[in-house]
Amino acid sequence: MRGRMGVLHLRINGDDVEVAAPSHWTLLEVLRYRLGLTGSKQGCDKGDCGACTVLLDGKPVLSCLTLACTVEGRAVTTIEGLLPAHVAGGGQGADPVQDAFDRCGALQCGFCQSGMMLSARALLDRNPNPSDEEVRAALAGNLCRCTGYTQIYQAVELAIAEATGKRPKPRSWESTEPRGSS
Amino acid sequence: MAARDRHGKDAPWGEFAVVGKPLRKVDGLAKATGAAIYADDIALPGMLHAKTLRSPHAHARIVSIDASDALALPGVHAVITGKDLPVKYGVIPWTPDENALAVDKVRFIGDPVAAVAAVDEDTANAALKRIRVEYELLHAYLDPRESLTRHDPAIHEGRKEGNVSKNVLLEFGAIDQALATSDVIVEDEYTFHGTTHAAIEPHCAVAQYSADGVLTVWSATQITHYVHRALARVLELAPHRIRVVQPCLGGAFGGKSDPFSLEFCVATLAMRTGRPVKMLYTREEVFYCHRGRHPMQMRYRTGASKDGMLRGVDAKILIDGGSYSSFGLVTTYYAGQLLTGPYAFPTYRFDSTRVFTNKPPCGPKRGHGSVQPRFAFEVQLDQLAEKLALDPIEIRRRNFVGEHTTTVNGQRITSNGFLACLDQVERASDWSTRHGKLPFGRGLGVAGSMYISGTNYPVYPNKMPQAGIQLKVDRSGLVLAFTGGNDIGQGSNSVVQYIVAEELGLALDQVRVVAADTDLCPVDLGAYSSRVTFMVGNATIDACRKLRAQLVEALAAHWQVDAKRVRLIHGEALDLEDATHHLPIVEAFHLAEERFDTLGATGSYNTPELGGPYRGGTIGASPAYSFTAHVAEVTVDIETGRVRCEKVWIAHDCGRALNPMLVAGQMEGSAYMGVAEALMEEHTVNRYGLHRGPSLLDYRIPTSVDTPELAALIVESLDPEGPYGAKEAGEGPLHPSIPAISNAIFDAVGIRLKHLPFTPGKVLAALAERRARAGEPTVAGGAR
Repeated sequence: MRGRMGVLHLRINGDDVEVAAPSHWTLLEVLRYRLGLTGSKQGCDKGDCGACTVLLDGKPVLSCLTLACTVEGRAVTTIEGLLPAHVAGGGQGADPVQDAFDRCGALQCGFCQSGMMLSARALLDRNPNPSDEEVRAALAGNLCRCTGYTQIYQAVELAIAEATGKRPKPRSWESTEPRGSS
Repeated sequence: MAARDRHGKDAPWGEFAVVGKPLRKVDGLAKATGAAIYADDIALPGMLHAKTLRSPHAHARIVSIDASDALALPGVHAVITGKDLPVKYGVIPWTPDENALAVDKVRFIGDPVAAVAAVDEDTANAALKRIRVEYELLHAYLDPRESLTRHDPAIHEGRKEGNVSKNVLLEFGAIDQALATSDVIVEDEYTFHGTTHAAIEPHCAVAQYSADGVLTVWSATQITHYVHRALARVLELAPHRIRVVQPCLGGAFGGKSDPFSLEFCVATLAMRTGRPVKMLYTREEVFYCHRGRHPMQMRYRTGASKDGMLRGVDAKILIDGGSYSSFGLVTTYYAGQLLTGPYAFPTYRFDSTRVFTNKPPCGPKRGHGSVQPRFAFEVQLDQLAEKLALDPIEIRRRNFVGEHTTTVNGQRITSNGFLACLDQVERASDWSTRHGKLPFGRGLGVAGSMYISGTNYPVYPNKMPQAGIQLKVDRSGLVLAFTGGNDIGQGSNSVVQYIVAEELGLALDQVRVVAADTDLCPVDLGAYSSRVTFMVGNATIDACRKLRAQLVEALAAHWQVDAKRVRLIHGEALDLEDATHHLPIVEAFHLAEERFDTLGATGSYNTPELGGPYRGGTIGASPAYSFTAHVAEVTVDIETGRVRCEKVWIAHDCGRALNPMLVAGQMEGSAYMGVAEALMEEHTVNRYGLHRGPSLLDYRIPTSVDTPELAALIVESLDPEGPYGAKEAGEGPLHPSIPAISNAIFDAVGIRLKHLPFTPGKVLAALAERRARAGEPTVAGGAR
């Protein structure tokens, strides 16, 4: 059942990589099965969920719908690439988007979130100060089943706030009133 | 018994250092950076890939299976069928009616028939096409009403109840008399359509069989312990030779509670081939495996006095179970047992009947068994309020069941913050100035609910603890907590970390958690019935208190002071009365190890004896109940019939919020899921039993732009038995979303929607009917 093999040259998270894979494989298959980059997830089989989102030359694409051989020579950023890039740029620890997701409770099961965070990262790279509507629209291709999206927006808002000096909106449960029942 | 000790609601050292703060999760950064390993991320050397051949018929007898062509295909290592796995199983021990692969019969489109292991997925898929199965078609039951009366052919043969899966009829008090003497009666029918979980991670399992006869199965399950038991039963292996591990889990919501065919198949194929084997379901397969929320046809009759006090509730419910029992016995009870709060009614009867049909099997979905009746009853309460010209919040307040009380069906209620929940949503939504007063097309609706924090019915009868935990104290200053609890994204491992840090005065990074590995961790019954925070939390406190006593004793002896003066906080040991006495906690570990030898502790939790004194009285009995109230705001487009939920205010009594951010996340995620069930999602099959939309887009789970604004308002009633007073937050907050939306639609445009989902077609039909009743022109948009 082996299809014809092809050799691909990709720039994966900043490194030039040469990899052989069947010609019919998607970019997601190459990332997960050949390169061991399992942070990109397979949630559906047809581009519905967005869990497989990676950045191709900085733009979010669905790697499960991208035939690997069509991205020969291109630069691919996966979720595994964000922290090392942040550290290489003089930062400490995780990328501010990843860190904000963690601090806002946006990572429940986490399965959709590598795609979600890459969509958010691409938006902030393009526009460091997007409106709420722009954030909502940028994430509309990434389905999340756990959060109801609220804490995801709060995470992106926190990342924006910390980069721009804006103040994030208070959260509904942070009321100063006592929470007691009587 | 220590396991049943109450630990109290208060902070162990006077004031909380960890609990109550919006802290990071123990596994958050691993998930954020892509380092967390989920089942499908596991790749073992020499691993084979397996696929399942599924039935194309809703109901048929298997005449023959010929797999010789498949086995002849290069790269195919094994093919198994029902003959290889003849032992039946089922998550409820009384109703084992499933086979890993069909034996003799298939009962729904998608029923697994054969499994293939091959060098890669493509080869396995090609092999499936070469398996020849001859079927003899049988009459397919697709309407649950037919299954009530027709039993030939039986979906499961040899049962005296025919196609009835379970019937529960319970009566409390003189219901008929109460209804006969009520001032007002509301009687109506309601339909819940059936929905599924759609966790973003599909089911996946990997098995490895070692040369020394140990079978390891990594599975995307939310109940490791029951998978362990089921594997031992079906494979006829001694349980100590089986190890089940739940890797990081990509969402569950009840959909990974049953043992699934793939766990038995990968295990058998690994044993058969001597190679590790993985099986990953496609999204389409996940839709067919289902175990989602049961469709229910519900008739409710409620009587009340003129002042709106409830006199009695009479319910008759027909439950479409699909093709297997799954948790159905419990579902049938829950459909009645969990309705008896937050409102008191002195008499109650429910008659619920679950039947088999030839559809994907239903099971537990977030708010198991009680979301559907809750929808019906909360709409009926609004109808009653309308009839009596009472404010919908007021009628709910008046009938409040109270705290520290017993319900009509014998459930013990302890803490109850429902009134505070009503207050919160009333205030936040500006109810008093907006309900009934918004422009036509916009409305507000309210609903309430209660849910269990675990149940004292442990699925298989035993007197052992429901939750166990083990702590290992290391000379490095690290405490490792081993819990059998399943973190499915809700953050149960984080709860363990917070409690250990709180109790032993440690910094968060001094506590790591190992979970859901049957070799390493004590038994815990897993993530279902909203039991984890309550039960695992209590077990964790139990273990910590034993260790804490040793640490304190060792420090008191070292400083030669009274033990009451010793305090552990933020990684330090202090003497409250002498500032010269302080040590890093790692040195306290050393002192304690010198005094007591190697350190460690176990802790456990079991529920007190609960439940009414009648058959089934323990089902739905919980050590604590959570309470919720929602107000939903909707807009209704009368031209298109489209309903948009604009905002949901969610007030939830979680006892004590151990981490308010995680509690809010559960509340928002629950409400989101309920809104989706009301307006978008529908799990249905066509007249052949074929799923109408087995993909995330066709089934229509909400995107970010479909989801309303969600405002989580936390109410803390401090339960006397929960860990520091905590109760559940993961399932209760889903219940009111659906009826609150129906009630809001009534406020917006004056139509009562009683049959889910609230699609544009149903809205337009109801609007037309309303206009016809009012003598207005019936053309949509023609009259305002």
